[in-house]
Parts: sequence; C-alpha cells; structure tokens
Amino acid sequence: MIDFRTEPARYRHWKMTFAGQVAVLAMDVDENRGLAEGYELKLNSYDLGVDIELYDATQRLRFEHPEVRSVILCSAKERIFCAGANIKMLGLASHPFKVNFCKFTNETRNSIEDATRNSGQFYMTAIGGPCAGGGYELALATEYIMMADDGSTSVSLPEVALLAVLPGTGGLTRLVDKRGVRRDLADFFCTTEEGVKGKRAVDWRLVDEVVPRTQLTETANQKALHFAANSNRPANATGIILTPLRRTVDDRTITYDHLKIELDRDRACVTLLIQGPAEAVKSPTALGCDFWPLAIARELDDAILHLRFNEEALRTWVFRTEGDSALVASYDAFLSANAEDWLVREIILYLKRTLKRVDVSARSIFALLEPGSCFAGSLLELALAADRAYMLRGVRDGDEAPPACIVLSDLNFGRLPMCNGLSRLESRFLHEPDKYRNLRARLGEQIDAETAQALGLIGFAPDDLDWDDEVRLAIEERAAFSGDALTGMEASLRFGGPETIESKIFARLSAWQNWIFQRPNAVGEKGALKLYGTGRRPEFDPRRV
Amino acid sequence: MSINYDERIPNNVGLSADRRLQRALENWQPKFLEWWNQMGPSGFQTADVYLRTATSVDAKGWATFDYLKMPEYRWGIFLAEPVADRKIGFGEQRGEPVWQEVPGEHRGVLRRLIVTQGDTEPASVEQQRHLGRTCPSLYDLRNLFQVNVEEGRHLWAMVYLLQAYFGRDGREEAEALLERRSGSADNPRILGAFNERTPDWLSFFMFTHFTDRDGKFQLASLAESGFDPLSRTCRFMLTEEAHHLFVGETGIGRIIARSCQLMREHRTDRIGDYGGIDLAIIQKYLNFHFSVSLDLFGSELSTNAANYFSTGLKGRFKESERNDDHRLTESTHRVLRAHAGAIIESEEPALTALNESLRDAYIADCWRALVRWNKNIEDSGIDFRLTLPHRGFRRAIGEFKGLYVTPEGLPVSETEWRAREGQWLPTPAEREFIGFLMTPVLQPGKFASWIAPPPRGINHQPIEMDYVRELPTK
Repeated sequence: MIDFRTEPARYRHWKMTFAGQVAVLAMDVDENRGLAEGYELKLNSYDLGVDIELYDATQRLRFEHPEVRSVILCSAKERIFCAGANIKMLGLASHPFKVNFCKFTNETRNSIEDATRNSGQFYMTAIGGPCAGGGYELALATEYIMMADDGSTSVSLPEVALLAVLPGTGGLTRLVDKRGVRRDLADFFCTTEEGVKGKRAVDWRLVDEVVPRTQLTETANQKALHFAANSNRPANATGIILTPLRRTVDDRTITYDHLKIELDRDRACVTLLIQGPAEAVKSPTALGCDFWPLAIARELDDAILHLRFNEEALRTWVFRTEGDSALVASYDAFLSANAEDWLVREIILYLKRTLKRVDVSARSIFALLEPGSCFAGSLLELALAADRAYMLRGVRDGDEAPPACIVLSDLNFGRLPMCNGLSRLESRFLHEPDKYRNLRARLGEQIDAETAQALGLIGFAPDDLDWDDEVRLAIEERAAFSGDALTGMEASLRFGGPETIESKIFARLSAWQNWIFQRPNAVGEKGALKLYGTGRRPEFDPRRV
Repeated sequence: MSINYDERIPNNVGLSADRRLQRALENWQPKFLEWWNQMGPSGFQTADVYLRTATSVDAKGWATFDYLKMPEYRWGIFLAEPVADRKIGFGEQRGEPVWQEVPGEHRGVLRRLIVTQGDTEPASVEQQRHLGRTCPSLYDLRNLFQVNVEEGRHLWAMVYLLQAYFGRDGREEAEALLERRSGSADNPRILGAFNERTPDWLSFFMFTHFTDRDGKFQLASLAESGFDPLSRTCRFMLTEEAHHLFVGETGIGRIIARSCQLMREHRTDRIGDYGGIDLAIIQKYLNFHFSVSLDLFGSELSTNAANYFSTGLKGRFKESERNDDHRLTESTHRVLRAHAGAIIESEEPALTALNESLRDAYIADCWRALVRWNKNIEDSGIDFRLTLPHRGFRRAIGEFKGLYVTPEGLPVSETEWRAREGQWLPTPAEREFIGFLMTPVLQPGKFASWIAPPPRGINHQPIEMDYVRELPTK
C-alpha cells in the first residue's frame, strides 16, 4: 500500500534548511530507496516516493513556516540538478500507475505555483548541473529560474527525442503559455536531446538568468531575499504543526476523525461520509490541525490520493455528509471574514486544491444529499463537483432527521475555483449568467430540494419512494460502462468554459500522453520506452495518426 | 588579398577550395593563437624548439624536423587516407556504406562525442603550461613542447570536424573549446581528470602514460566510426598519440632506472637524500593517475555507450579484429559491480557494458608497460614490483563511486580507508618533496638527479644536442 503520509524527519530524498525568510529545498535522491523494486534512482531521478516528500515539504512550508517568503529549489548533488522521472521505474509501472503518478506530480507542481501566486511564498530554482525532463518541468513550476553558466549545465526536454513520449508534467504548456517561449524555438528545444545552455537559454526565455558557477548559491540567495521583500506573509506569526494524520484502514473501511469511508467491492464503489463540525467556531491558531475545515481538507486530500493509487478498481465515489448546515455555514463565514489572515488564507487555498483533486480524479463522482446532511458552502462544492447529485425530496418515512437542504456561502462564489479558473457555480451556469448572479441573493438561505432543482443546483430530486431505486440503478449502471469512456466523457463535461495552463495540463497533455503511452512507438516490442537503456534502436510506425 | 592556405595551414582536406571552412578558420585561428599565447607553455613562447611538423600524411611529410618558435608552429589538418568503399563495421547498420556527411538524427550525439574528445586536447596543454620552468633536461623540455603542439593540432583536428560538418552549432562549440579552462570553478573542462593539476614532472609522465592512454582507446574507438571524416581524423591522430605514450612510458621508465641505480649505489630504498624518487612514491603516483584515468571511461553500464555502438558512431577497440556478430544484441559481458557494499561479478548485456570492455582493454595495455618496468627493476636485482591498483580503487564514477576499496580490491569502511590513504596515495609531504626535486636543468646533455638519460636522442640527433634554444633569461 502506498502511504502519502510522511514528515521531514523521515525524508530520504530532500534536505530542507531554513535561514530566516528563505528556505532551501535541496534534492538529494537516495538512489537505493526507490518506492518499488527493480530500479535505482540515479542522477537525482525521481519516483513517486520522491514526489510524496516534495509535496509534504511544500505543505509544511505553507503551514509551519509563516516566516518563509522565498523557497529555493536546488540539488544537493555536485554535478547534477535532476534527470527527471526515472525511466526504468516508468517502464516497470502499470499504465494506471503511470497516469496516477503523472497526475500527482502535476498537482504538486501546480501547488508550488499556487504558493507563489497566492501564499506570498515565492518559489525559484537554482540549477547547477544538467536539468532534464521532469527536472526542468519542476523548475518551470517556479517563478524564477537561475542557472550556472559553466558549459555543462543545461536545461532540456529530451522526452520526444529519447523516449517517443511527451514531457509529462506541464513542460510543453508552460514553455509557451507561462514563459512565452516562441513556438518555433520551443519546437527546436523540445526535439533537441541535449537541450540549451548559457546565454541562449536566457535569450530564448528558457531560464531567467545565468551566473558563474561559483556565484550560483550566493546570487540565488540574494535573489530570494529580493523576492521575499514583496511578500505579504506575516513577520512574527507562529506556524501550526501538521501533526500525523490519524487513520485506520481495513479491507472494507477507512476511518479518519471526520471522514468515514466504506469500500463496496461488489458494486465497485466507495462511499465517503463527511461529518460536519461538532462545535462552534474557535480560532484556528489555537486549534491548529484540529480546526474543522483544515482537518477536513487534510483527510479528504489523503483519502483521494489513497483511493486513486491503492483502490484503482473502485470506480465510483459517492459523497455524503451528515451534520448541521448552519454550523458549516458559520465556519465558512469565519473563513471569508478572515480571509486576509495568513493561516485562514492557507486553509481556504488548501480546500481549493483538495477540491481540484476531486475534479481531476478519473472516477465517477456522485453526491447524495439526504435528510440530516450538511451540504453547505464549502461542502456543497463536493455536490457541485459531482457528475450527478441526487437530493432527497422531503423526508424518509419515520426518519427524525430534518429534510435535506443546500446552503450557499461566500466560498461558493469564487474563492474555491476549479482548474479552469471559474467557480463550480459559474462553470455550471456558463450560458446562464443571470441565474448565477441571482444566486448571490440566496446566501445563507436553507434551500430545499424542490427549490434547488428549480434553481438548477441539483439535477435529480427523487422522493422517498423512488430514492433507493434511482440511486442503486445509477451506481450499478455506472459500474457496467467502460471506465476509459467514462473518464473521457466526464473530463469533457466537467470543465466547461475557458482554458488555463492547469486545465490544459489535465485535459490536453494528459489525454495526449496517455494515448502515446499506449502506442507501439512507445511501448511496443520495438518502442522507444521499451528499448530505452538497452542500446537498441526503436522502430517507429511511419504513418502519422 | 589571397592567402596561401596550404602554406599556412598544411592540410589534405582541400582547404584552399573550401570557402566556408576558410571563413570559419579565419575567425577561429586568431582566437586559437590568443589562447595559445595566454594558456600555452608559460615563459617559452619565444624559444626556438626542435619540433616535428606534419606537412602531409605520407612518410616523407610526417616527420619534418626544424627549430621554430611555438606560436609559429604550423598546425595542420590531416585525415588518414580514405579507405575505398568503406562500410560501417558494427551496430544496427553494419554493412551499409559509411557516411561522408553527418546523418541528421545523429548530429547532436556526434557533436557531443567530438566536443568531449576535443575538450581534452587544450585541457592538457593548460595543465602542463608551467612545467617548462622545472624541466629535468632540454631533451624532456622539447618532448613536453612537442606533446603540447600536437595536443594543439588535435584540437585543430576536432575543430575542423566541428566547423566543416556541424554548421553554426559547430562554430559555437569550437569557440567554447577555447573558453573553458582546466581547473576553473566557473568554466571547467568537461572531464574530471582534465581539471586535475599537473604540478610536477612525475605527474606529467604519469599523465601522458595513463591519461593520454585513455585518449588512445577513445580515439581507436572513434576511428571505427561510421562517420568517415571522424574515423579518418582519429586514425591520423593515433599515430601522434603513440608519441605521447612513448614520452610517458619512457619517462617513468627512466625515473625507475635512476631510482634503481641510486638504490644500488647507496644500498637503501630511501633515496630521497640522494636526489632520487623512492619506488614506493612512484607506486603512489601511479595509484593516483591510474584511478583518475579509469573514471574517464565512464560508467560500467551505460545507455549512451550502447547507443553510440548501435547507431554506428563509436565502435570497440580493434572492432574489425574481433570474431563476433559486431551487433552484440544477444551477447553478455562480465562486469564487476558493487552490490550491498561488496564487489560481485555479473553478466550484463554486452551493449550496455561497452565502457567496461574498453576499460578492460585499457587495463590490459597498462599491464604490458608495467611488466616492462618490473623487468627492469628485476634486472637491477631489486626486490620490488610495481602493480596496478584494483579497478574499484578510488573511483568517482560508476559502480564503485561511494565505495571505499583498497588497491588490493577489498571494500573497507570509509574510516579505515581514510586512515590508510597515506599508504596508497601521495601524502602532502611527498608531493612537497617531489616539488622540491623539480629544479630546472638547462645545460645540453645534462639531466636532473632523479631521472636517467634516454638511450638515444631525437631524430638520430645526439642526446647532448640543444633541443631548445633562445631560452628565456631569468
């Protein structure tokens, strides 16, 4: 079982050091400590284990270190920055694992970008030594790239030339969309195995600055301090400690403090039951990880990753909630009112990123809004993220619980955007902007099933008599379809509206890459990925498709 | 203004009719001379040196001897004569005609191979630039300079390939070859061994024997290349490389001979007081240079090496003399590997083990010289034998990187290795002592206390000849 929970004391591949406002994350991959057998992580190449630590480090930098305003990514090894994802590991991995691995590494890189843009924590890269493939893509996720000008340090994306696949973590998109590399130069760069170094790399906008090798560390530190000056992180706040997540796992259930998961292997589905807060809002500074919205974000985050990697065959996720809608709404109100506070800001951003993980998961997502549920504000986002939401009209015969209701909060109107840059509500009413605008008038209101259906917030509102049957049919039918077709269909329908770098990565890049990963040119007996490392030349199908 | 190119730059590549190449070289040559004056032999740029200049590839033009000032040396461009109807001798395109132009798909890789080889040539000149001031004799001084100008010519040979076949990129790489500096922290030479210091003549002889010998094996592998101009260039360079190896091997041999003589005269193996170098110190220098040179062959298991071979770019040593399929897709090679702190033997795919098979050939070649030296020690009646350390000793690249191996091939803890390092490698005090021995000897026919005269002079000239004239007066 792959476990995403770790902490700095257990890192094997990264060294994190602090000097006031500047933190240094140095990659120092232990080649003998890969996550699986059969490959060595030479030349700072990475596998999922390396990236799990990187993700943990970025989270801790946010929450535990309010004083850190700049982060320098670099290598602790003398003559190499990073060789990218380990090819042998990819060769041994199953297709679903490869796809999940790419998705997670992409989410980690996006979270690095998010930290720079929204948390006042500026990420930059100092490259001393060859930086290839995923290594350069990691650098591209940071906002400033400094490189040694020593004749041997270069940046490259050798995937097309060497492996007959694409750079898998946003490199292509970020070249043209983020750094503004001209497309003809980008074309040359992406087909040049050895990459580009020195002044040309600056001229082509592949990096921001080259400096003499001996001055790299010093210049990077000065630059980091320069960027730190623009940060709005607090000067003398105390961070909160991300304590180890409490979780018990057995064959049928996964239990967290506020999240109970049931694994139904017969129907290939998972039910995630989220429990609303038990008490009124108290300050997150005092509560730390036990502050309910943060606890929920952490538990959901871990659960999604766990289910993606360790429960590949459970193809439908069903979200349910239980609790007091008004209490959930009061937490939301607290978050909105204090959104300027560094810690509250981090919690909202974490909720945002976790919900994005739901959006891009290759699972059918249903939400069941039943009596006694608390789909308010931030939790309502789960119902809005779902491919279908069913809301029970009225109450069940003999049930004490109050009828299901929906409550809109300020968080539903733009604070938790999807990867296309729009809120889920706005995306939902893409061509009915008036409907979307009018919803603001209903903030805090308890909206029942009939009204919710009339407003377009809910698609299906069966009553007590039809409920069990409809829900059962929906889940059983889903289990019978081809997962591939569902993945493509859901991904196409979930993200209406504009494109962003992020949405291009999860739609365009992933789709192309996953197609290429299946093609003989890459994985056939004489494909490039299959033969890589043997010294034998791949043979390609001459026909272009 | 018309320049007689063939006069100024002896060549057999049709330079006077190749305008593109002329333009490239016109641009590059002044920069080369600037580099030579700045980084070439320090203090001897105005001396008259009895040098051999190649003016053609036939026997007559190969050895033109005359006194000249090094900056006026005519660095030429020579390719071995073409072999009619030559075919690619190995790899997946074995049997197809060799390429006279660079195939597009191999352009980047070939350029890198040529740049890596080319970078070593000026590097060793830089490493050796101060040795003139401490020469043990005029004969040795002249040999040093001959090696230097030929390393310069090898640089020209590689630059010719870059400029003639690799367009703008090639021209940029040719300039970069003059911009890197041995030992520089900011812009070092590409390979580790070429950033080490060569502070004294014992190091120099060791370098030309062990490190230049790596060059012999690399050049021989490139001489097999399916890219014909590279093959022909390397074939001609190999004839010159042989002289460098001669300087190294005979240099060490003469030091050993002198040490044996002093040991017999004074009946002691500690001959430092008599101006000699202990055989034990020679062994330590040998350990150092041999291990550094082994790293130059690269990792035991290398995808790059496999690709070079499969694509017909770089063959094996004496490829054509081998009796196998020359494709190696089904064969294996025995490789020593580090596993859990121990050294094990492992059968690996021959394709990915090509660096190791070249290293095997190199080590065998080093043993041959060692046997000759030991025979001379034995003939002197001295009970001491030089030996080569285990290939895992003090390695910074490949399987044994991070493993602490004794010269006998025993893995030990880092603590133990560090504690015994002084038994195997020159100590600072020993290096200082060697430095102290390095006082220049400039009278014709005279030799420093620590080295025996050679059996004969250069080009049938007497040993006493003034091989270098117009010495700087200081």
